[in-house]
Amino acid sequence: MRFFSFLRLLAIVVALLAAPAAALAQSADDAFARFSADSFSDTARAIDILVQGAHPNAGVIIEALADGRLLAGGGTVAVKTKEGGFLDARTGQALAAAPTGLSPVRLNNNVRRAVQGALGSLGLINPDPGKRVAAAEAVFRARDVSVLPVLEAAIAKESNDRARRALREAQAAILIAKTDAPPFDRIAAVDVLRERGDQDALATLRALPGDASPGLRDAQARAISDIEGKLALWRAGQNLWYGLSLGSVLLLAAIGLAITFGVMGVINMAHGEMVMLGAYTTFMVQELIRAHAPGLFDWSLAIAIPAAFLVAGAVGIAIERGVIRFLYGRPLETLLATWGISLILQQAVRTAFGPTNREVGAPAFMSGAFELGGLAITWNRLWIIVFAGLVFAALLAILKLTPMGLQMRAVTQNRRMASAMGIRTGRIDALTFGLGSGVAGLAGVALSQIDNVSPNLGQSYIIDSFMVVVFGGVGNLWGTLISAMSLGVANKLLEPYAGAVLGKIALLVFIILFIQKRPRGLFALKGRAVEA
Amino acid sequence: MNAPVPGALTSSLLYLDGVSVSFDGFKAIRGLSLTIEPGEMRAIIGPNGAGKTTMMDIITGKTRPDEGTVMFAGSVDLTRLDEAAIANLGIGRKFQKPTVFDFHSIEDNILLALKSKRSVLKTLFWQTQAAQQKRIDEILGIIKLADKRDRLAGSLSHGQKQWLEIGMLLAQDPRLLLVDEPAAGMTDGETAQTAALLKAIARDHSVIVVEHDMGFIRELGVKVTVLHEGAVLAEGPLDQVSANERVVEVYLGR
Amino acid sequence: MIGRFLFSTMDKRGHVFLALVAAIGLAVPLANLLVPAGSPFHVSTATMSLWGKYLCYALLAISLDLVWGYCGILSLGHGAFFALGGYAMGMYLMRQIGSRGVYGNPILPDFMVFLNWQELPWYWWGFSSFPFAMLMVLLVPGLLAFVFGWFAFRSRVTGVYLSIITQALTYALLLAFFRNDMGFGGNNGLTDFKDIIGFNVQAQGTRAALFATTCTMLAAGFLIARGIVGSKLGKVVIAIRDAESRTRFLGYRVDRFKLFVFTVSACMAGVAGALYVPQVGIINPSEFAPANSIETVIWVAVGGRGTLVGAALGAVVVNWAKTMFTSGLMAPYWLFALGALFVLVTLFMPKGILGTVQGWWEKRRKPEAVPAAEPAPAE
Repeated sequence: MRFFSFLRLLAIVVALLAAPAAALAQSADDAFARFSADSFSDTARAIDILVQGAHPNAGVIIEALADGRLLAGGGTVAVKTKEGGFLDARTGQALAAAPTGLSPVRLNNNVRRAVQGALGSLGLINPDPGKRVAAAEAVFRARDVSVLPVLEAAIAKESNDRARRALREAQAAILIAKTDAPPFDRIAAVDVLRERGDQDALATLRALPGDASPGLRDAQARAISDIEGKLALWRAGQNLWYGLSLGSVLLLAAIGLAITFGVMGVINMAHGEMVMLGAYTTFMVQELIRAHAPGLFDWSLAIAIPAAFLVAGAVGIAIERGVIRFLYGRPLETLLATWGISLILQQAVRTAFGPTNREVGAPAFMSGAFELGGLAITWNRLWIIVFAGLVFAALLAILKLTPMGLQMRAVTQNRRMASAMGIRTGRIDALTFGLGSGVAGLAGVALSQIDNVSPNLGQSYIIDSFMVVVFGGVGNLWGTLISAMSLGVANKLLEPYAGAVLGKIALLVFIILFIQKRPRGLFALKGRAVEA
Repeated sequence: MNAPVPGALTSSLLYLDGVSVSFDGFKAIRGLSLTIEPGEMRAIIGPNGAGKTTMMDIITGKTRPDEGTVMFAGSVDLTRLDEAAIANLGIGRKFQKPTVFDFHSIEDNILLALKSKRSVLKTLFWQTQAAQQKRIDEILGIIKLADKRDRLAGSLSHGQKQWLEIGMLLAQDPRLLLVDEPAAGMTDGETAQTAALLKAIARDHSVIVVEHDMGFIRELGVKVTVLHEGAVLAEGPLDQVSANERVVEVYLGR
Repeated sequence: MIGRFLFSTMDKRGHVFLALVAAIGLAVPLANLLVPAGSPFHVSTATMSLWGKYLCYALLAISLDLVWGYCGILSLGHGAFFALGGYAMGMYLMRQIGSRGVYGNPILPDFMVFLNWQELPWYWWGFSSFPFAMLMVLLVPGLLAFVFGWFAFRSRVTGVYLSIITQALTYALLLAFFRNDMGFGGNNGLTDFKDIIGFNVQAQGTRAALFATTCTMLAAGFLIARGIVGSKLGKVVIAIRDAESRTRFLGYRVDRFKLFVFTVSACMAGVAGALYVPQVGIINPSEFAPANSIETVIWVAVGGRGTLVGAALGAVVVNWAKTMFTSGLMAPYWLFALGALFVLVTLFMPKGILGTVQGWWEKRRKPEAVPAAEPAPAE
């Protein structure tokens, strides 16, 4: 009796030991047959067989499967290459003619997961460390227990720190969910995930199976709250970044107004249209470059900057000379007349370019994003912040350092005195207004990168711009800067709690109330001069 | 020199003590002290920037002092009240630049100034009573504009606007009148008439006159206060003040 | 006292205007109901409703002229009061639909059923009652104007600052009413009305009655505005427009006078909005758009600010021109025309049609009486 049971045990052991070998033996043929079976579970099994058998074409086959380029039927399996040719999956040889009677192997989520895991384990031993990291990430997401041995082997061999960390994280992701892993290993895995500390780690930790021991539960809970805290911090940082980005957009839109409204006291309701003209100038510059000098495309914005400044500035000067100068001292009339001008400009652009959005391309240096810690930063936003800063500094310099700035300030403070001193006030008025409008044109160049270029572009910024200038204190460029940034940040910090629209409403109401409290803004001049 | 004995506090119509105000670091008024007795007429002179207009702004509630006491009729703290409340207490003001309501007739200008309840409902359902109409006619006579009563105030000459404004002050019937440069831009004849008019008013009102024109001040013949850099430099009859060395210095420069 | 208040200061122009409004209010509905369709004197229901819309705008323009022309408050948010009045009326009309909506819910309007709401929000309570709804037509815009004005005028926000924050106010309301969870139908607003006090909104007779009511309200609004500007309060208000601080030194509480006029004006705009909705058949958030409010300003400017009659005239003329323009081949050029109107009127006709005509008239009669100065800018 005991002998038989021993024999039986022996047989089982032998059978178990023999199983992998048998799998290897049946190997490829079985796998290819399974691909042809048009059943999801067979496809998944076929993937496993190829990976475990280390079939030489496994990578090509599975990649093709993932892309829907794997064709199978009647035991024949072919790979359609990205170029459109065909390969025999078994041998990797090119096929002369397109195989007939084959249909693409279908995928469902289960198969996709198997593909992910397979690609992961195949990539884990890739010679390129970058590929290894990517593979480890794939394993991390797939959490396929079967990859574990490959993973452990890879960790043992790994010499690159980054890749080793990625591999360890992948291992931890698998271990934490593996109910039969040693408890100590699983707690260590929790620590590794905590170190990783991102949204994926959090999801993995949360997916801890119900079997976990109290010690493991405890470690998991602590790790989760740890990561959540850290993520909240990063999120706040991210919102702050969005806020600064919005602030820089507001600054760009408002700073021209800070000149025309703040310094000159002209209510220019067509200011938004100057921004729009800048954006359309950018569009035109890009069209010209596309047509005549495609190589210059990356320079298109640099070329558009002076062009937009000149176009918007010229239109601004025309408006000042043609209309506004007859209305000095009558702010409400100026408001109405410039509103009329804004309608005309909008309709003119609508007639010339059509009512739909125009596509303005992004040069290479403006596209894409990078990560800074937990922050995702897009290049275009970053450049717009830099651009806003440069425009601000340049304006400040013009007003404070150049003779023209001196004359501008003289004219705005005492027109008659300035005129008596030989300053041609009319010319200065026109130039100041042109400067403010030109700066609005510059804003248009930047906004063309993040907003729809349509005839209504300016409309959406005019109220915000006035809010920024009024909130910051009229006649104070620094006030405009601080106001734009604080409104931008406040808007983005409010958004997660109140939603975009309510946040904006809340800010509008806040500004309305604020103006009641301090009618002249944050940084108002005080004294008799302003009351006169 | 002005510090009144405590008992005088109740008897003075207007009492300023240690008043200071600054705009962006510039001290427009520094430690100004001044008292006006009931029925008194006082002339205030001083070079440009001495703080004359700012002082009026403080009394009429346009500007809040940073520190100091401003009391009216012995017990009312003017620093706590706004312009309308102060006007309704009985302090009237005539501006340096004549400000009348250009798009109202001369008669309506007087009507608006006429002493009456100023509430929204009272004005909405206002009916001019016979006595009130009589008073308006009287004032129009005093300021010699009765024949032009239906003309828009905007069509008046500069001197006529000054007179209309004085007429509006009369209609307000204030206890204290603040008159800022009433003779500015007037011919000599008009100046003399204005001085006579002010003297007549001063018979039953307290008046503070700010003026540059020394001839005009002499004509009034009242106590003079000299302001300089936001504080009282000298006070007394015109002859005495104009003999004061420091006053001469301030006016002529060293 | 009220009668004396309303009629004692009426001038000739006012009498002509009232007679004209009364004549239209009688003649148009009669020409619609009694004259057979083939006759050249017949007025179609569509035309009548269109002119009813113009007259609602005329009332809105009068309300704006009251604050802008006489008190110097350039409100760029009067469309908000108009729209709020319209929404109050729209809510009443929605409740009258009853179970005739697409979803057949006897209590909830369709859009609430669509949003899976279970019960009527509290602020919809009472709107099934006509008197309550009419009270709200006055109260909601009036209250908003009162609260807004209370803060703004007390802290002496004037001139363009005030204009800009009134614009921000209507912009904030625009954003708010676009939200579905505000409970006012979101983007689509309120529409598909059936009955008004038991009569079919679409019926010819109802339309005629609405037209006559609009004329009555226009006349009443004009009388009230005229009474206000003709009273001593009107003189105070003009004084505030021309020399605000001088008025204050005379002892008038400028903020209270402004608040009174602003609130009355907002109520009037609300009534205009309430009459507009059943005749147009819809109210949606676009009525809050700042552009609408600014357009109202140009009606007043074209007709002549500070004349009341001119404001009404301007509203009708500009809107009639808009209909003419936008219904034909010239449609793309309407915005050019409107824009040019803004510029040309402010540059060359600051007193508007009526003011300019009046100026000629007065110059011919007594040339010396016209002051040389323009009205002081209200800043």
